[in-house]
Amino acid sequence: MLEWNLWRALLDGTWITVQVTVLAALLGTILSILSGLAGLSSVRAVRWANQVYVDFFRGTSAIVQLFWIFFALPFFGISLSPLLAGVVTLGLNMGSYGSEVVRGAIRAVPRGQTEAAIALNVTSFDRMRYIIFPQAAVTMLPPYGNLLIELLKASALVSLITLSDLTFQVQILRVNGSASTTQLFTIALVLYFLLAMGITGLVRAAEGYLGRGLEIGRGARRS
Amino acid sequence: MPDNPEPNHDEPSNSRSAILERSAEPDAPARTASRLAVAAGDELEGSGVRFSGVTKRFGDLTVLDQLDMEVAPGEKMVIIGPSGSGKTTILRVLMTLERPEAGTVEVGGEQLYHEERNGQLVKASEKHVRQVRRKISMVFQHFNLFPHMTALDNVSFGPRKVLGLSKDEANERAARLLEVVGLGDKFGEHPARLSGGQKQRVAIARALAMEPEVMLFDEVTSALDPELVGEVLNVLRDLAENTTMTMLLVTHEMGFAREIGDRVVMFDGGRVVEQGPPTQIFGDPQEQRTRDFLRAVLDRE
Amino acid sequence: MDLTYEWDWEYAWEILPDLLDGLWITIQATFFGIILAMILGLAFAILRRSEVRAISWPTAWVIEFIRSTPLLVQLFMLFYVLPHYGIRIDAFTTGVLALGIHYATYTSEVYRSGIEGVPRGQWEASTALNLSTMTTWSRVILPQAIPVVIPSLGNYLVAMFKEVPLLAFITVFDVLGEGKAACTRNFQCVEPYTLVGVLFLIVSIPSSILVRQLEVRLARQP
Ligand SMILES: Nc1ncnc2c1ncn2[C@@H]1O[C@H](COP(=O)(O)OP(=O)(O)O)[C@@H](O)[C@H]1O
Ligand SMILES: [Mg+2]
Repeated sequence: MLEWNLWRALLDGTWITVQVTVLAALLGTILSILSGLAGLSSVRAVRWANQVYVDFFRGTSAIVQLFWIFFALPFFGISLSPLLAGVVTLGLNMGSYGSEVVRGAIRAVPRGQTEAAIALNVTSFDRMRYIIFPQAAVTMLPPYGNLLIELLKASALVSLITLSDLTFQVQILRVNGSASTTQLFTIALVLYFLLAMGITGLVRAAEGYLGRGLEIGRGARRS
Repeated sequence: MPDNPEPNHDEPSNSRSAILERSAEPDAPARTASRLAVAAGDELEGSGVRFSGVTKRFGDLTVLDQLDMEVAPGEKMVIIGPSGSGKTTILRVLMTLERPEAGTVEVGGEQLYHEERNGQLVKASEKHVRQVRRKISMVFQHFNLFPHMTALDNVSFGPRKVLGLSKDEANERAARLLEVVGLGDKFGEHPARLSGGQKQRVAIARALAMEPEVMLFDEVTSALDPELVGEVLNVLRDLAENTTMTMLLVTHEMGFAREIGDRVVMFDGGRVVEQGPPTQIFGDPQEQRTRDFLRAVLDRE
Repeated sequence: MDLTYEWDWEYAWEILPDLLDGLWITIQATFFGIILAMILGLAFAILRRSEVRAISWPTAWVIEFIRSTPLLVQLFMLFYVLPHYGIRIDAFTTGVLALGIHYATYTSEVYRSGIEGVPRGQWEASTALNLSTMTTWSRVILPQAIPVVIPSLGNYLVAMFKEVPLLAFITVFDVLGEGKAACTRNFQCVEPYTLVGVLFLIVSIPSSILVRQLEVRLARQP
């Protein structure tokens, strides 16, 4: 098996991968919610601007976006560190996909819920915050979990802009000839897989937590 | 007002059959009656409601056609009529769930969709609508309970977030109301674990918790299994007889309508066909359409 | 900050032919990649449904494993590891292989939902007619399962197209590879990377619209 210092390098890389993923997930989640709500706005200009954002980031490729932000943006005098460039790109990218998830889930909450809230004279903000969003969140979680896994996978792209994440470390060790290539890549894939399983576990737990009380007859009965 | 009402789970009873309930004399449970009224704030004055020239269209379909209708403060008005005649739409217009194309609606002397500015009636701001809407609450055919909240939270949510009560005050009010609708042992249950009749009683408690002056009930027993209708009608009967709240009820329960209505309004094609005291509408209807409708409904029963 | 970047039209014009050559490579890789993904994905889907647990269970795990790990790492792995085992294929083929295998895990899910959508009665009728397993699959089940999943496959086609630029990092001169080359050659990176982005928009937005229309049309059919 590998020597300790090789493991050390791989685990350092894994830690960077975790950081990039978590930070981008935070940004991506916020953007998903904002963009999802913007997509439901009654103001046409807001919906339109939002659609431009969504189509732009879904229409181009994450790696191209990353390269643009890291290599082209400095020509405009804006130089981002590799970490920041990675987090910003991946977050923006995730937000453009999460937007649809949020919007779809909110629209799937039965109309009667909004009506009951109006009958209680609840403000539109509180309506979203306490009534609609908590219910939509349960629907959102499974596709949101998928987005997180896609984000984790996409985080490997930051190795291409010199951030020393797990993929980067593997490449370094491979070039150094410190270990067998097959072994290095296998370990890296297993580490990514473990992280992905961790995400899946967290999302499942969140589903259980948010869905408590909803389990019986969910979707089948109207309440 | 009793500070600490002891739970009373056997009333309204779930066990009596719907048929018995519906033929029961209106001298139903007196003790619960007063407790419900007290819990619901029976000192509250009902507000009058006035529709003037209200028109509501869905595309080409005119559902309400220049409707003029008045409801007196504290009056219990029952609306009957065939399916699709616009009964639900009236209640929804009053609840501001549908915006009418023309006409005005007044609640307790205040314009609902309009406000006065420089002596002119102009379209009301959201703030104004909310302020007038405070007086109204509604119970829906399909309950529309919040599935992610317990029964207690469903009822205390409005008082807490809208009326600004403290958590303790709101929970206390919710508990009191759930007790008197016979759900003292269901505080912690989510709606998914309640029967239809229990859900609808939670929904009634939820609406009452807002201490409305006008309550709207849209076929609140139609989605229930027959054996659960009675428990909900008991609560409604109690409210009708012991509170001064204004009530607008759409129902197909004719026996119940006759029993609690101060006035029955027969609706068809978005217009009032005939109205009057229950004895007259059910005993001696003047209009052919009313007679046809009543025969069709009573035949089915 | 200097938001008044002088866009160099001449330069942009000069590198455009190379980028278009790259785009053509990208499109080819997508084409072969999705074909491989569709074939492999079908195999995955069928193996996964196997009644033999020794087949279905490992298949499920392999799918899960490939799908939740980065394509980039898989790509590097194939590129650097295969030669160790004496398998010498060019970078483009390696890339297509990685794309095909990775996306097969997605398409297998798509097929699975299509196959599950075929009513049980169809299997039972096939048994009643004493059809062989092979004939049941090829003549009864798949002809009903595949048409409904075409739009979903289309979505993955578009998704794959956007991941082809990863091939640039195993020396394939796809559209990003060309852009990268222009950037390092001339030290002017705004034009190449912007053009690469624009080319992606030009291809992928109409494709997405096309797929959406396909979805709508198929949804309307009984
Ligand atoms: N949101 C809507 N869009 C279109 N038509 C509607 C809508 N709501 C109600 N209608 C129509 O308006 C008419 C009256 O409906 P409603 O008030 O629900 O009748 P009722 O409650 O008396 O059965 C019906 O013909 C119904 O189809
Ligand atoms: Mg109705």
